[in-house]
Amino acid sequence: MNALLNPIRRLGALSINAIWRLGFISRFFVAILLNSGQSLLRFQLTIREVYFAGVLSLIIIIVSGLFVGMVLGLQGYNTLARFGSADALGALVALSLLRELGPVLAALLFASRSGSAMTAEIGLMKATEQLEAMSVMAVNPIARVVAPRFWAGVISMPILAALFNVMGIFGGYLVGVEMIGLDAGTFWSQMQNNVDLHYDVINGLIKSLFFGMAVTLIAVFEGYDATPTAAGVSSATTRTVVTSALVILALDFVLTAFMF
Amino acid sequence: MKRSTIDLWVGLFVAIGIAAMTFLSLKVANLTPQSGSETYTLTADFDNIGGLKVKAPVKSSGVVVGRVTHIELDTKRYVARATLTLDKQYQFSRDTSAEILTAGLLGEQYIGLVQGGDPDNLASGDRISLTSSAMVLEQLIGKFMTSFAEKGSQDAPAKTE
Amino acid sequence: MSSDSFIELKNVSFAYGDRPILQDISLTIPRGKLVAIMGGSGSGKTTLLRLISGQVLAQKGQVLVDGKDVGRMSSRDLYQHRRRMGMLFQFGALFTDLSVFDNVAFPIREHTRLPESMIRDLVLMKLNAVGLRGTEALMPAELSGGMARRIALARAIALDPQIMLYDEPFTGLDPISLGTIALLIKKLNDALGTSAVMVTHDVHKSLEIVDHVYFVAGGKIAAEGTPDEVRHSSSPWVQQFVQGEADGPVHFAYPAGNSLAEAFGIKGETA
Repeated sequence: MNALLNPIRRLGALSINAIWRLGFISRFFVAILLNSGQSLLRFQLTIREVYFAGVLSLIIIIVSGLFVGMVLGLQGYNTLARFGSADALGALVALSLLRELGPVLAALLFASRSGSAMTAEIGLMKATEQLEAMSVMAVNPIARVVAPRFWAGVISMPILAALFNVMGIFGGYLVGVEMIGLDAGTFWSQMQNNVDLHYDVINGLIKSLFFGMAVTLIAVFEGYDATPTAAGVSSATTRTVVTSALVILALDFVLTAFMF
Repeated sequence: MKRSTIDLWVGLFVAIGIAAMTFLSLKVANLTPQSGSETYTLTADFDNIGGLKVKAPVKSSGVVVGRVTHIELDTKRYVARATLTLDKQYQFSRDTSAEILTAGLLGEQYIGLVQGGDPDNLASGDRISLTSSAMVLEQLIGKFMTSFAEKGSQDAPAKTE
Repeated sequence: MSSDSFIELKNVSFAYGDRPILQDISLTIPRGKLVAIMGGSGSGKTTLLRLISGQVLAQKGQVLVDGKDVGRMSSRDLYQHRRRMGMLFQFGALFTDLSVFDNVAFPIREHTRLPESMIRDLVLMKLNAVGLRGTEALMPAELSGGMARRIALARAIALDPQIMLYDEPFTGLDPISLGTIALLIKKLNDALGTSAVMVTHDVHKSLEIVDHVYFVAGGKIAAEGTPDEVRHSSSPWVQQFVQGEADGPVHFAYPAGNSLAEAFGIKGETA
């Protein structure tokens, strides 16, 4: 009987724990918003974090965007050519990037590069008593450490996503026009005829803004909440990447349902 | 406040971001025509619009001159009424005709405008009276089959002679 | 000595969940004196410091600092309280992403609007006080354990605090660094006139520098006195602690609740 009940009991405990953490993370989010004054007034703090979260992610975003665009160009061409509409390649590449692939892939890359780094950094600061030292010095660690990182993530994410899109479109152009030999004019005009500024470009950027908020919130929360040991920080880092990936994909579904 | 290399990098980062967004809005999404007051609207009634959708292009001689912004069913006469938003720089005469065309065999549908000979131009809110509906593939095949059958019945007695 | 007490704990009890840490503890720290709190690991010494700094709140009793109850302070008062308090953490807790200079300047920059040139003078003065002027440009990762502890001390005294809290300042240091830190603590305390609490289990070095000692065991004050009284104490508990013997009034074995024979499953031989 006990063996039968145990999985159920564990499932129950897991769900209760999940709801507990959801409540905790919501409260944490409010605390960040309330303590954001300093990171906006002393913008130097946030700029520093934009450097670590955004600027250092440039290479991975540029290279991945280029490759994703090139793959889209190849696969899209092969499929479209069967229906005799290879001319629509530009539109296909741009729309898939702007609406879905750009924001989602850029956010996944951002979570694994910058999100995990944020978690590890804050977690280690906690493990080495730096956060405690700060609060004993009458400095609120949420205002001084967490909020600047959060806003840096929110600022960086749309920029990275836009750059990912541009690189992807460029990659599609390289394959479609330079390699396969489609007409450059057709490529661009098909794209311009089918891409709407509001529906496609702006909505995609709004998506990435939401992803940026979600990923950085998870990252700073996991760091702040980490068990202050080596094992605790490493498992918190893993949790950041896994949770971020799930949340990005789920949120993408919800946002897509709302927007398009 | 001290200036540092980090500021330079972040400044560059933000500049790249703005450039990327500008590129997306101008080069990819074609922001340039139909912005703000530079447009006017026309309506056109069709018996059948087929697969025409809102946002479909309106073309004249193949040039995009505007977009379909609204489609509704006129419940008095039971015809489809499409609202077209056109760029102000393209003016059309009062006897302009509109037809629903298809790009390629299975491509998207769009509205083609053919300029007439009337010296007066259509004003905003006017209705295009000369329209021809979308070709619906099923009806087309149906027509073809009937004409084929009729032709066959005419040919049949000739053979026996 | 309670006549001029600066920090005073009255009948304080504290528990983490169901686990009681401190039970009905009372102690006083006079103004301008350096007081050590000693006891074995896990005896609740560090919790005493956290009570004084307001990081945890007592469930029963009062923690009075300069006549004000830390447990009843508003967040504004607590902020004021912490501004005039310095704390040296067990391993220094230097900010690893800031240079030595920025670490020492941190509390000054956060709490004052002084011009950069004055901050520079203050930081160099504090670094000079701990004998490490010239290390400004180094990062914490480039410092030895003893140097890091001294930088942390410079940071703790950056705003000339009235209260200093030392959490295990001697842990993990070689004898020379340990002697340096002890000397610095003593020197700075006399120079600044701060009231200081030092939590430690290093008996011999502490007895050389402090004015008064409290021994904490099992959540209670087990003994107290001046260093001389402690050295000549007749209490077997104090003697065990001072001499560092493995077994005595404090048992070597953790109270397991059953005997070894029971744990091995040998029945009928319960002790």
